This record gives sequence, C-alpha cells and structure tokens, in this order.
Amino acid sequence: MSDKDQPTPESEKNPDSPVVTDEPATDAPEVDPHDARGERSRSLLREITSGDALAGVLAVFLAIFVGSVMIAAIDEGVHETAGYLTARPSDFFAAVWEAISGAYSAMFRGAVFNYNLTEPAQQWRPLTETLKFAGPLILGGLGVGLAFRASLFNIGGRGQMLVAGGAAGWVGFQLDLPLVVHLPLAVLVGMAAGALWGGLAGLLKARTGAHEVIVTIMLNYVGYYLLFWALTKEWLLKTPGSVNPKSPPMKDSAVLPDVLGEQFNLHFGFVLALIAVGVAWWLLNRSTLGYRIRAVGQNPHAARASGINVGRTYTVVMMIAGSLLGLAGVNQVLGTVPSGVSLDLDAGIGFDAITVALLGRSRPLGILAAGLLFGAFKAGGFTMQASENISVDLVLVVQSLIVLFLAAPPLVRAIFRLPAQEAK
Amino acid sequence: MSTVTAQPTPDSGGLAPDTAVTPTRGAGARKLPIALGVLTALLAGILLRSSHAGDTTFQLAAESDFVTLPDIVVPSGPTAWVMVVICLALTAEAVRRMLAHLRQPGWIPIAFAIAWMTGFLSWAAADGRIRLVSLLGGAVALAIPLVFGALGGVLGERAGVVNIAIEGQLLLGAFAAAITASSTGSPWAGLVAAAVAGALVALILGLFAITYFVDQVIVGVVLNVLVVGLTNFMFRQVLTPNAETLNSPERLRAFPIPILGDIPLIGPILFRQTPLVYVLYAVVALVAYALYRTRWGLRVRAVGEHPKAADTVGIKVNRTRYRTILLAGAIAGLGGAYFSLVSVAGFNREMTGGAGYIALAAVIFGKWDPIRATLAALLFGFATNLQGVLSAIGSPVPSQFMLMLPYLVTIFAVAGLVGRSRPPAADGVPYRQQ
Repeated sequence: MSDKDQPTPESEKNPDSPVVTDEPATDAPEVDPHDARGERSRSLLREITSGDALAGVLAVFLAIFVGSVMIAAIDEGVHETAGYLTARPSDFFAAVWEAISGAYSAMFRGAVFNYNLTEPAQQWRPLTETLKFAGPLILGGLGVGLAFRASLFNIGGRGQMLVAGGAAGWVGFQLDLPLVVHLPLAVLVGMAAGALWGGLAGLLKARTGAHEVIVTIMLNYVGYYLLFWALTKEWLLKTPGSVNPKSPPMKDSAVLPDVLGEQFNLHFGFVLALIAVGVAWWLLNRSTLGYRIRAVGQNPHAARASGINVGRTYTVVMMIAGSLLGLAGVNQVLGTVPSGVSLDLDAGIGFDAITVALLGRSRPLGILAAGLLFGAFKAGGFTMQASENISVDLVLVVQSLIVLFLAAPPLVRAIFRLPAQEAK
Repeated sequence: MSTVTAQPTPDSGGLAPDTAVTPTRGAGARKLPIALGVLTALLAGILLRSSHAGDTTFQLAAESDFVTLPDIVVPSGPTAWVMVVICLALTAEAVRRMLAHLRQPGWIPIAFAIAWMTGFLSWAAADGRIRLVSLLGGAVALAIPLVFGALGGVLGERAGVVNIAIEGQLLLGAFAAAITASSTGSPWAGLVAAAVAGALVALILGLFAITYFVDQVIVGVVLNVLVVGLTNFMFRQVLTPNAETLNSPERLRAFPIPILGDIPLIGPILFRQTPLVYVLYAVVALVAYALYRTRWGLRVRAVGEHPKAADTVGIKVNRTRYRTILLAGAIAGLGGAYFSLVSVAGFNREMTGGAGYIALAAVIFGKWDPIRATLAALLFGFATNLQGVLSAIGSPVPSQFMLMLPYLVTIFAVAGLVGRSRPPAADGVPYRQQ
C-alpha cells in the first residue's frame, strides 16, 4: 500500500464515515467568503505543483496512445510491413505513422477545420458539427454531475432521455399550436418527464433508502419498454399504418430552429446547453439549494444534523438531474433527429454523460469543456470512419480510458515513473 | 484517493441502503398478506373484465418421451376461478398467521405463485395449448447467462467488491468465445476463452478498485463502456472482414443425459440441455457449498463483512479480494459464451443486450446468496420466456410490460417492499491496510 493514501486522522477516529474527498477547500461550505479568493488561487497552485493537472494531461495522452496502438494494429499497411520488419524497419514505422496520423488528421478535419475544402463556410462546418454533438453531452453531463455533487450516482440517463424524448415527441407531432407556444411546451413537457423519471429514483432513496444506482439502472429498462409500448399505440407515438417502432416526424412549429442558418446543422439545442451551464453554475455556487446539495454530498449525516432535509434534497437534485437529461433527450428529438421518436433516440448519450461528468469533475465549466472535447471526438470519429475506415467505436475506447486513467493518478504516475504525490 | 471529486455513496460505499435518510418503518409481517391479496384481486379483476370461453390444454410431454404423459385439458374459465379460490385461501392463511404473530412459512408464496400462474395461463391461453416443457425448459436456457452473471456478482460482492461490470464480462466472454471457438474449431476452447476474458475484465476492475481505490461503481460503469467500444471496434475491423475464419463458431448442441433425461416432465426441462447448462449446475452447487462450508468461503465472507477484523486475524484482505473477483469474473465470462455459442453461432455488436444488468438485479433480489440469486435469475428467465410464449399465442398483455417485469420487481425489492435486502457490510468499500 502506498503511504500517500493513508486515511486522515478524522476518518480513523470515526470509521463509520470513511468519506475522504480530496475536494479543494474552496468547495467546502464552511469557507469564510473573505478568504475564498486567496484560498482558491492557493489550491489551484497546489493542484498544479502536486502534479494532479500533469496526471490529467498524461491520462489523456495515455488513452490516445492506446487508441493509436489499436489503429496501427488493424492497419493493412502496418501488417504488410511487419512481415519484413527486421529487413526494413523504416518501412514499418512509416506505415505506422501514416495510419495513425491519417486517422487523427481525419478526426481533426471532422471536428474542427477541414483544410481540404476551399470555401470558408464549408471549412468551418466541422466545428459546428462538434458543437451540435456537444450540446446533449453537456446537458447530460450536467445532469449526472449535479447528482454527483449530492453524492448520488445517476446511471439513469438513458431512461430519463427516452421518457423525455417520448413525451416531447408526443407534444411535437400530436398537437397543432403556433410556434411560440408549441416549441416551449414540447421542451417543458420533455423536461418534466425527465424530472419525473429522475425524481422517482431520488424519492425512493429518500423514502426507503433504495440505492439510486440500482433504481436508475432498472428505470433505464422500464423507460425503454414504456417507450417501446408507446410506439405501438396510435394515440401515443405510433405512426399509423407503419410496423416500425418509430413516430411520425415533428411538426415544424416544434422543431428547434437553426442557429447559423440552413447550411449548418447546429440548432438551438446548443444554446440551451450553454444556458443550462450558467444556470447549473449559479445553482451550485450561489443558491441555497446548491449549498444544501454540496453539504449533503460531503456528509449527509452532518447535513442532517445541521437541519437540512436530506431526503428532500435527494429528491429535488434527482428531479433537476432528470430534467437536464430530459433536455438532452428533447435536444435529440426536436433538434438533431426531428424525423421521429425512435427507441435509439438516446444514441448512447446517457452513458457518455457519465464520462463527461467525470472528466469535468462535476463542475459546470469543467463539464462544458469535457462536453466540447467529447463532442469533437464524436464528430471527428464519424469522419474518421468514413474516410479512413476506422470504426467510430474507437472513440468510445479512448473516452473510457481517459476517465479510467484520470480516476487513478497513482497508476498514471507509476506508468510514467513520476514521483508519488506528496502527502498534503 | 481518486481525483473523482464527487464520491457517490460516501456513506457506506457500494449499494447499501442509505442510512442518512430514515427509512420508513415498513411492517415486515404485513407485506406478504397484502401482496397476496393484491395479486388475487388482480387475477379476479382480469377474469371479470374479459372471460374467455373454451378449453385450455396443458401439454406435459415432450416429443420423444420414454413415458408419455397425457395432455391435461381443462375448461378455461372455471379452472381460472378455482385457482382464484385457492389463492384466496392461501391469502387467508397468511392473514391468520399474521394476526397470530406466527412466522410466514416459505410454502405459502410458492404455492400461491403456482396457483396464480396456473390460473393466469388457463385464462390467457383459452382455446390454446401451453407446452410446459418448452415454457420451463426455455426459461432455463434463457436464464443461463443470468445465473452465471449473478453468481459472479454474488461472489464479488460477498468479498466486498461491487461488480457493475458483469455486463462487460458477459460481452467480452461472448466475444472471446466466438473468436476462439472459430479459430480452434472447438466450442470447448471457446468456453475456456470466455472464462479467461471474464477474469481479464475482473483483473482491470481489481486493479482500479482494489489497488487504486477508485470508486467501484464508476470503474464498473466505465469498464462496460470500454468493453462495448472494444468489441464493437474489433467486430467491425477484424471479425466482419474475416467472418469465416474468426466468427463462425460451431454451436454447442443439446446433449441429453441418458437416464435423467428420460424422467417425465423434469427430464426434458433440466437434462436435455446444452453442456453449458450442466456446467452451470456444477458451478451453482460448488459456489453455494464453497461459500458457506469451506474455510475459503468463510474468509471471503469475512473480507466482505469486516475487512479490518479479517486482517487482524491474518487474512490477506486484498489478495483474497483479487482471487475472489478473478474467479467471479471467470464464472460471469462463461455465461457470455451462451450468447455466441448457444443462442446463436457467432458474435454480434452488443449482443448481451443488458443481461448483465438483469444479473445484477438477480444478485440484489437474491439477497447476495448464491442459491437465491440463482432462483431469482431463473425467475427472470421465466418472465422473459413467458413473454415469448404469450405473444406467440396472442395474449392480451402487451409484451413490453412482461419484459419490464424483472426490472420492476427489482425496484420493489430494493425499495424494501419484497423483504429487506441487506448487502455485505463492506460491499464497495476499498480496504487500506494500515
């Protein structure tokens, strides 16, 4: 055992609460506001010098390295040159370089800037695709991250998105309303459905102690089959005369408008995501509820002793988390894929959101950055698949490796033979 | 300590009920009579709303039986009502025992379940035919990966390691089984590879959760994503272009056991299955015996309940945990072979379809006990198969609601409505030696 992970004396005294968060002191609720600014810069300095930030960068580097190995391993040119590796090693390394650089430059062309085109609008189009993919990831990441701050693990993103998408979709094509009413109504109904689905897990935890990990996993499947059922009923979501489990397309009055005009796919959902980041930041750092959430997250027993209703906080935070993931589902149904509600409307975002929240360390601005990064991965991954014939699933591998390595800085240190972190 | 600032479950770790919120005091004694009463009323309500006329045939015999049992033909409506009366009687008995403060014996819910199911089936299959052998035998077959996964889950959690990565172990097991069985031409080699693949996922889980103290639930979830990404990637890049050599395994065929397989009713259900099922029987028996009757099992449970005490008497806590989750991973990985060697021949993207999460549900519903978890997994397999049978005979119950059942039952279970589930005390808590 490494000595740097020794429990603090407090937790030794009280084995019932082994909660040892290495949260910087800035987030502790009892910090004196006058001292907060100085404390923040000091802790930032400490974080950099103690090598946490370095470990983070190295974690990303390590994950991309593993991805590169996978790209090289399946490349035909590399296979051929490996046959005469000892005779002409330079051929082999050239082939490896070609495979890897080809893949990553394709990702760059798909995610940021396509230098193969001439017209500026087309050159920058990939960046708008990145933002389009980032929108629901940010929303979902906020939903998972907010729950993390109350030390709740919301794995129910998929179910919350499906239920919300179904509800918003129902409003989107069954009702006939003017745009100013229709779109907001569809968005709100979707958020409410997500809030209900998330809040259910919070309520069950508050009332019976049922663990939210189990309940949210199970609600994913209940939500899936509920949507499946709704897609077989014409008064709900079924397309009349069709056997496919898919609803009719959304009415134009309920579709999220384009932000940069017809030629780009970027829609208003990304703006909603930015607004949500601001709201979540205010909620966590400036509101009473946010204070309660953080207090419950750090130590529910202490929070209860100081008069916070822990159960109600659980329920409320899960409702907010559910509504944010619901908004991610709404973003898919009314923005990205308005051609109809289907069973795969979540597109894996419910689980991606967990990695986004972990990478963003459950802070709204961190989640914004992590969502943009993973959105770029996604947009670039599709281009890589199309032009280099490398499966977009590689992105999933790199993404999960980043989170794994990031969660275990001692492992990264050991791999790079860095000195162990000093005890604080 | 991990850099993941938000520690889910800071209180007790793992999946234990939260103690910071006061659970409502459910009167445990009242639950059974209430549940039975509600179910009886539900059955009576279904019968009142739409009564089918006609006969229901229960076919007991399989095609090639040594002794052929006759079909049982019963009038649909009256039989269902007789079953309602039996259910009522059992409910009354439960109420009597509750009022007299007696223990509720296990035979009451079992008898109730059989009577209720018989009544429901004779209503749902009016003018139809229920093939009991295929109904129950199919349930056993569908439950194979669930039971393997649940056993792996039980073992890991009894040693104090929460394993959300069952899904990943099943998927990588299925993947490894398909490749190995195809390239060697032997499905048996595929089984071995599946076990190794499951253990490999467990090793990564252990590295992060035991050695580096990363939150176990997070590692499990991320590992599942990693395995999905890895197998999808390999499937598209390697398996699909070389489908003949790498993804066309020989299927495991059903192998009837000579004498046991000829027992009427039981034989065709339990002993005319694939060899993987017989492996399963052995594994269930071994795990149940080893966990409760051997020194090894005592150590595993000690490490999961009170690691500090175990350490004090000289048990190597983390080494025991590593060994246990490797074994558990191998067992769960074996279950993965079902998908690519038994169910269909060959691997496909995300072919486990959430079975690992149902297995996790079975672990909890089975109260972290190998036998109960096995029964829970069988029950979930039965629910899935019943859905298939009912939709084939055109039942009025929407199939989606039948498929929802295992998940709903689990939510009720963790919410304490179906008896209290208590996980091992140190479940999910990393152990730091001092």
